[in-house]
Amino acid sequence: MELSIIFLPLIASIISGFFGRYIGDRNSEILTSALVSISALLSIHVLYQVIVNQYEENIVIATWINSGSLDVNWSMLIDPLSAVMLVVVTSVSALVHIYSIGYMSHDPHKPRFMAYLSLFTFAMLMLVTSDNFIQLFFGWEGVGLCSYFLIGFWFKKESANAAAIKAFVVNRVGDFGFALGIFLIFYLFGTVNYSEVFQQIPTVVDKNLSFLGFEVKAIDLVCLLLFIGAMGKSAQILLHTWLPDAMEGPTPVSALIHAATMVTAGVFLVVRCSPIYEYSPLILNFITIVGMTTAFFAATVALVQTDIKKIIAYSTCSQLGYMFFAAGVGAYNVAMFHLFTHAFFKALLFLGSGSVIHAFKDEQNINNMGGVWKKLPYTYVLMIIGTLALTGFPFLSGFYSKDAIIEFAYLKGNTTGYYAAGVGIITAFLTSIYSWRLIFKTFHGEYNNKNIKIEETHESPIVMLLPLFILSIGAVFAGFLFKDLFIGHSDNIFWAESIKFLNPLSTEHPPLWFLLLTPCLVLLSIPIAYYLFVRNKNLPNDIASINKPLYNFLVNKWYFDELYEVLFIKSSKKIGLFLWKFCDGTIIDGFGPDGISSFIKKCSIKASKFQSGFIYQYAFIMLVGFSAFLTFLIVK
Amino acid sequence: MNFPILSSLILLPIIGALFLFFTKDKEGNNLTAKYVALFTTIVNFLISIYLWIAFEQSTSNFQFIEDRIWIEGFINYKVGIDGISILFVILTTFITPLCVISVNNSVKNRLRDFLIAILIMESFMIGVFCALDLVVFYLFFEAGLIPMFLIIGIWGGTRRVYSAFKFFLYTLLGSVLMLVAIISIYWITGTTDVVRLYEIGIDVKYQNLLWLAFFSSFAVKTPMWPVHTWLPDAHVEAPTAGSVLLAAILLKMAGYGFIRFSLGLFPVASETFTPLIYVLSVIAIIFTSLIALMQEDMKKLIAYSSVAHMGFVTLGIFTLQQQGIEGSIIQMISHGLVSAALFLTVGVVYDRMHSRLISTYGGLVSVIPKYSILFMIFALASLGLPGTSGFIGEFLILMGAFKDNFLVAVIASLGVILGAAYMLWLYKRVVFGKLINEDLKKIVDLNRSEYFVLSCLAAPILFYGFYPDPLINTIEVSVSDLISMHETNLASK
Repeated sequence: MELSIIFLPLIASIISGFFGRYIGDRNSEILTSALVSISALLSIHVLYQVIVNQYEENIVIATWINSGSLDVNWSMLIDPLSAVMLVVVTSVSALVHIYSIGYMSHDPHKPRFMAYLSLFTFAMLMLVTSDNFIQLFFGWEGVGLCSYFLIGFWFKKESANAAAIKAFVVNRVGDFGFALGIFLIFYLFGTVNYSEVFQQIPTVVDKNLSFLGFEVKAIDLVCLLLFIGAMGKSAQILLHTWLPDAMEGPTPVSALIHAATMVTAGVFLVVRCSPIYEYSPLILNFITIVGMTTAFFAATVALVQTDIKKIIAYSTCSQLGYMFFAAGVGAYNVAMFHLFTHAFFKALLFLGSGSVIHAFKDEQNINNMGGVWKKLPYTYVLMIIGTLALTGFPFLSGFYSKDAIIEFAYLKGNTTGYYAAGVGIITAFLTSIYSWRLIFKTFHGEYNNKNIKIEETHESPIVMLLPLFILSIGAVFAGFLFKDLFIGHSDNIFWAESIKFLNPLSTEHPPLWFLLLTPCLVLLSIPIAYYLFVRNKNLPNDIASINKPLYNFLVNKWYFDELYEVLFIKSSKKIGLFLWKFCDGTIIDGFGPDGISSFIKKCSIKASKFQSGFIYQYAFIMLVGFSAFLTFLIVK
Repeated sequence: MNFPILSSLILLPIIGALFLFFTKDKEGNNLTAKYVALFTTIVNFLISIYLWIAFEQSTSNFQFIEDRIWIEGFINYKVGIDGISILFVILTTFITPLCVISVNNSVKNRLRDFLIAILIMESFMIGVFCALDLVVFYLFFEAGLIPMFLIIGIWGGTRRVYSAFKFFLYTLLGSVLMLVAIISIYWITGTTDVVRLYEIGIDVKYQNLLWLAFFSSFAVKTPMWPVHTWLPDAHVEAPTAGSVLLAAILLKMAGYGFIRFSLGLFPVASETFTPLIYVLSVIAIIFTSLIALMQEDMKKLIAYSSVAHMGFVTLGIFTLQQQGIEGSIIQMISHGLVSAALFLTVGVVYDRMHSRLISTYGGLVSVIPKYSILFMIFALASLGLPGTSGFIGEFLILMGAFKDNFLVAVIASLGVILGAAYMLWLYKRVVFGKLINEDLKKIVDLNRSEYFVLSCLAAPILFYGFYPDPLINTIEVSVSDLISMHETNLASK
């Protein structure tokens, strides 16, 4: 039964992908949605078993790579951590499948789209249920591949293709680190299975490696390399550039892959490897700093973006930053909790924005929207719920998870911890501002679209609204319901062995003013945003024109793309051209085969001049030679 | 003595070729000739499959040995296979019939002669992988050049003569030194029998020079940087079937040679020169990947990517780790399948459009979807996506390399990023995007034989990506014994 959770989506994908044209669009849609939904129900059942009966199992499906001492199986590991991920992945996936039936109704390639979605689900499940690093890597690259397919789904769009390749290649940069991490693990432990690796951790804690003359602690290096992989997949700063571009894909894809599931794989990796990370305080601090920087950076950029999906994409980036700094301060369970709640409200926001885009017939610029809240009442309400949950409005799901992160950062009690908590609070305020900006600009104010009349905008069909509704239930209640299970003091019972705490988390409470600070800022931000973006619309423009350099800096996303273009893309093309034309062409061929053959040719042309055919020339040469010989003899 | 199964594998294609030689050549599509060639190669493939089934995996001894006196006291005709060579034999017999099937579109004139060349080449290639006597190996190794030289020179494109001679010069130059080395080995030890040589070993003081002589031949054939420039030219000019044989099998002779002879006969020298191999391999991986990024000609791009992939192979062999060498062998098999498939996919559109330039194409997916799917599978296998055979090879190699030398593994891993970049960019420019070129609208999708051939290649690529056990089990014992033999040799000297 457990195996069918993984394989139902694969079967769905194969049928829809290869036989889609025979069974028809509608049947492939129904089939894939149904199979993934069954998988979701089974996952919920498994999670229930895990919660109630502490059910754990490691199913070996088949051998995979078996070379020398390397022994890797295809396997399915069910423990609390993977059970939570199973539910997140399959349930969001099932809802997105259903939603896509409506959203993609005008697209000519429906079976292909559904096949990709299901294939993605399969790869993601392989990732989360692996019991070793190499199958994890399989899933890791597999989801990257599906993401590549889905971002570039509209293959005629040049920008979509470019974004797809960018996503894959930037992820490969992260994977480069990840793969090296796996090699290092195999080098250190002689195995890549989690349980065996985690057991041996204490034996290598004091081991040092020398690399390029530097002495580094082996365990720090392992953690760093794995984290580089996580940074790529979870779009952390420096390797984040692919995520906003990935919004070229259809909106359901953004909801599933670039909000709820794939991008959280990095967080999952760090949590899964908590038995390793616990021994490397250095890298944990590094993770905190990276996470915090990303959270802040992405929130600032989201403030000024005008593309509805890009705002949410940066918001995702920012929230992933929160998850990482939760993991960085050692609160892995809180990171997982935020991952869990975030999946609901972020998928809700994405699908809601998809509903808006649908209503405006593929318009994505929020400056060209406005005033439609009466026309799209359900979408409006659902988006508000999503926004409230995201910003951490009291008693909605984001409130429990995000505030917990900030609290634990504070309770960490060291410099990084305080700093992270401070940045976390500022970012929470920014988050709230940009989220409400999106809502107000999209639904309130005057109607600004010149292409279609306001009467033509329409509410989405029930097949799209139903998944939104279900997600909104999650966004409202997930935090409240699962709080005790995930981060309550009974946490160690639920997470059991799957998360390791070297030192138990602090059970104290921060001071009351600290607890109230974030919710107050969040509440305060709503009227501020309303004033800025509905009442006094010129004010934001004025602020922007006064601080032109800062504004440009933000609009251009801190100039990362431009920097990379010069640093990596252009330079590697130039180097490639140089190596080809100059090294291969001029030097190797020039001095090699071409050089030698032309040299020989020259010599033989010279030599052939001797054979002129004139007797007197030969006679003359003979005479000269003979006299030279004679002279030589005489002189000697 | 049992039935001489290896000799029949070697001889059968020659018999087929002789048979063809006596049939009358016809203009155009010579079906008789094709059927004869196809029949021969398929029978050969079946024999080799039988060989694999009958092969005993639990020992590293040579099996199916045949030993006949050729020149009394000097050369014996000795053939036999172990876990390392059997896979290459099967690769050869598997690729050749596919070549024969695919030949109808790319070769317009003198089809019969072309098929004769292919059959003879198959014989020689099988001979290379079975030979257990240095002289016999050398003969097969060099003779294999001749049909290839003819294939490029006669059936090639516009610059075929330049390419053919470049190919011949490069490869011959290296081989001369190897011949000298083989003769020296005979003078030093009194035998050219590989099995005997494994037992008695070669004096350390000679090893370095001999190793370099063998290396000069193998490096050219691999090809390693900086003696690789013949390969892009040869590929560009060769007809599709020629490119396939060249990439899939010819290049593997050198990798096989490194394992069988360089490691086996000269353990001390191999250890000495490992840094050289590492440096050249890493340069090959990084430099040629960057070059591949900039190519405008599809075949050249794939040719350069072959150099990069073979860089991984040489790197893996000299790690002298179980994972490294097994990875190299699997990488060679995988590259044999993938590069063959990629050249065939280029061949498919070349036959229709008569252009290899990337800029001619774009938007193919909307007119020829079947083609696009298969092309995607091969592109992904080439960039080493998990779930394809390319991943297993690359990953094991890097894992082995990491055990031996951090820095080398780190730099080589960068090649994986570049590999993704050039392959996906190629695919995007050819298959995705808007269909701009009007001529492309009339292009037709794969016909039945093309579809069959490409599916035959896709199946093992995927199968061994998910389940490489059959391959690894076959080579496991031979490789581990090779390594332990190498270590005892090192320890004793």
